[in-house]
Amino acid sequence: MKDNKINTPIDPKSIKGWGVDADPKNDPTYPMRDRMNVAEDPNSKHRPDNLQPVNEELLKSIERPKVSAVFGTPEPPSGLSGMIRRQAFKYSENEYKHWLPLILADRVNVMEGIVADMAHGKLPNIWAEKGYDMEWKYNRTAFITKMATIGAVTAGLVVWLSSGSKKKKKGKNKSADRDYLSRF
Amino acid sequence: MLAMDYRGPKRVRAVQKPMPEIKHPQDAIVKVLRTCICGSDLHLYNGNIPDTRVGSTFGHEFVGEIVEIGSEVTKVKVGDRVIIPFNIACGECHFCRQGMFGNCHESNTEATAVGAIFGYSHTAGGFDGGQAEYARVPYANVGPVIIPADMDLDDAVLLTDVVPTGYQAAEMAGIQTGDTVVVFGAGPIGIMAARCAWLFGAGRVIIIDKEEYRLDFARNYSYCEAYNFEEIGDPVMFIKKITDWMGADCVIDAVGAEAAGNALQTITGRKLLLQAGSATALHWAINSVKKGGVVSIVGVYGPTDNLVPIGNAMNKGLTIRGNQTSVKRLLPRLIDHVQNGVLNPKGLITHRMPLEEVADGYRMFANKLDNCIKTVLMPPTANQ
Repeated sequence: MKDNKINTPIDPKSIKGWGVDADPKNDPTYPMRDRMNVAEDPNSKHRPDNLQPVNEELLKSIERPKVSAVFGTPEPPSGLSGMIRRQAFKYSENEYKHWLPLILADRVNVMEGIVADMAHGKLPNIWAEKGYDMEWKYNRTAFITKMATIGAVTAGLVVWLSSGSKKKKKGKNKSADRDYLSRF
Repeated sequence: MLAMDYRGPKRVRAVQKPMPEIKHPQDAIVKVLRTCICGSDLHLYNGNIPDTRVGSTFGHEFVGEIVEIGSEVTKVKVGDRVIIPFNIACGECHFCRQGMFGNCHESNTEATAVGAIFGYSHTAGGFDGGQAEYARVPYANVGPVIIPADMDLDDAVLLTDVVPTGYQAAEMAGIQTGDTVVVFGAGPIGIMAARCAWLFGAGRVIIIDKEEYRLDFARNYSYCEAYNFEEIGDPVMFIKKITDWMGADCVIDAVGAEAAGNALQTITGRKLLLQAGSATALHWAINSVKKGGVVSIVGVYGPTDNLVPIGNAMNKGLTIRGNQTSVKRLLPRLIDHVQNGVLNPKGLITHRMPLEEVADGYRMFANKLDNCIKTVLMPPTANQ
């Protein structure tokens, strides 16, 4: 175990602000300190006066009876990912059947985003969107190594898979030949 | 207007989007003057938070100028420059009235386990965030706080999240005078938590990370001891050794789901998503705190499950506290601390980039390039 020699001891009292918020009564501390149970709250069901109108599709957790007074509106569910999200919201937040489909929907949504870009005549600029300029500027050697490794592994996989399918095809042809010959 | 646009894991861009609109009488629209990339944005960026939809705009750390208000907004007016707490709170529900502004029950329809957060997926309410020229701010009578005339906007933007979250991490740790406090994670939140631990009278503050430049930064900014877990061996053993084999009085997890340091956690939590992120820091926190000690969690994890030694937590009699920060509750005190020179938020800022380069900003922050600690994005509106 190596001690870090550059850590020099400091007198805490020399630090500006030391102890200004020290509070022996901070125990139990926030958020327990101000705890109020529902029975103590004379108005526990109080809601804001005005409710945001629901003018677009909104997925609601089944663990609450009503839509919250305000909510976000961008990107309502749509397409295949939307179908998956609607299905997920049939289950409570306590269930994997709620969360795992949402993660799946997010991945499907990524593909939908690429298709939507292309449908609008736009090819996603993956280099720019991934901020690779920064890797090139500040981390070039590691970046080139990483990309070369990914390229080599991908090429290896393609070669391996294509040789496998060729062999399969060859094998299939051989058995076809045998079948042909067996007929005579 | 120009806004950040999420396209998939590790893919973002800046595009033109429609202007936000007033949707509720208590809404306001703000012109964004400063916005930051937060460590917790990386969980979204990496695709680890469920229901993060393509086309979303991230950004929960921003300050701006009010340009439009709904018919019931009375506490702020057009032209006011405001700090926008990162969480959206009604101020009236059972939880807000207990000061739990991070747990509002009237702002997130899509999940009950988390309140609403600007630009933080539909799991956190589906609101667009502030990495844009303009943003819709609900409950404008409750959240926004007017920026004091003499306050630098760079200080103000860090009061939306970094400073209050670091402060609340120390507060929830229940620090008593003379306590030894260990902070896992030397990102902006961890560095601020270490700095704030002194305000509660800590006797010794130790920060643990693996990025040497961040440890150097923490030593200077937070006046704490800083150790590299890749050099000290087992960090739990190390902490036991330097605390007379007792463990730290209080430990803060300021890392969350992106933690490094344990291959099993990294593979199952970050690569395969079999857990709600890698829980390495929380694992170390539980094991390195003393019996009867307090673990304070401000690192963000996803909504499913994590592998942590909960049996040890029980056997050691630990108190574990965590929460999204109640920014609104803390702002008055923290504004005082900034104005009195006790805290220097803008000292955390290392990079400033135009919003148009948001993809570069995310990559730089995520991969810790160019000794990045904190990046501020400048929308074109900031110069108008």
